[in-house]
Amino acid sequence: MSEIAQMDLNPRGAVKSESPLAMTRVNVVLAASARDAGVVVREKPFLGHLVLRGRAEDEAFRAGVERVLGLALPLALGPVARDEARGVSLQWMSPDEWLIVVPAGLEFDAEAALRRELTGHYAVMNTSGGQTVLELTGPKVRELLMKCTPYDVHPRAFPVGKGVSSVFAKSSAVIRRVDEERWELVIRRSFADYLYRWILDAAEEFGVFVAAGDASHSTSRAAVRELAAEAR
Amino acid sequence: MLHIYCPHCAETREEEEFRPKGEAHIARPVEPEATSDEDWGNYLFFRKNPRGLHHELWYHAAGCRKFFNVTRDTVSYQIHETYKVGQKPSVTADKGAAK
Repeated sequence: MSEIAQMDLNPRGAVKSESPLAMTRVNVVLAASARDAGVVVREKPFLGHLVLRGRAEDEAFRAGVERVLGLALPLALGPVARDEARGVSLQWMSPDEWLIVVPAGLEFDAEAALRRELTGHYAVMNTSGGQTVLELTGPKVRELLMKCTPYDVHPRAFPVGKGVSSVFAKSSAVIRRVDEERWELVIRRSFADYLYRWILDAAEEFGVFVAAGDASHSTSRAAVRELAAEAR
Repeated sequence: MLHIYCPHCAETREEEEFRPKGEAHIARPVEPEATSDEDWGNYLFFRKNPRGLHHELWYHAAGCRKFFNVTRDTVSYQIHETYKVGQKPSVTADKGAAK
């Protein structure tokens, strides 16, 4: 139990929120439909991102995280711990740092639960406003990634489930392989516009389609909170 | 391009992900007040520039964002080993290049 004051950063009431890509306009020729496209780009906006720091060798810390998230703490670079049904993932970023992604609106509860369960030397930071997630699906995504990052995306080096942080289009991104043809990029807010345009430009040759996200570019937080409350 | 093994990620990554941070194993004088100006100046500003084996500090900027040490040959650019901060190098020059 910690005595750190927390603030729910989600405004109550019908306040309009915008994802970092709200102002970005598509300026490439799009494929006619998702089926015709080699790459389908979809933003997953407003997810809850938490950065967790702590000592991996501390058994109580590991157990506490597992109690809260229902996922075992990954102790080395490799597979991202993930619960698709609940939309929760936990990724190893560095020997003492992890990235937690929870559904929209649940980041405050997740942070509070972590602070309740964890003791000792640790830190939890809400970085939801600083990052966004892009989902790339399609048969040509791997070829697209080969143009963007020096990291080896061959299945031999990048099996399904793995997540790494690397250089991406002169910037950086967290690259996660969710499925054979489904990848996720966790990108920074300030680079979102640039990376999004880069990806569309690079994917144009394969045929690219932009799918509407779960919550389109701007949505009411109240609606998201209601959904989150129902899910609980 | 160099392929550098990051001891924290336990993977060989592209040079692009890393930043060189100069000479490794520089110990701060234990008592700065009692250190002579010359020794303090040497500690702050003077670095070795050997031809051959060199122990360097590198930073995995785009990956785990941790520092680690690299033993590199400045002539051939060959990296002999990488090791975590706090560990001793196993590859050293004959005349005690490492501390």
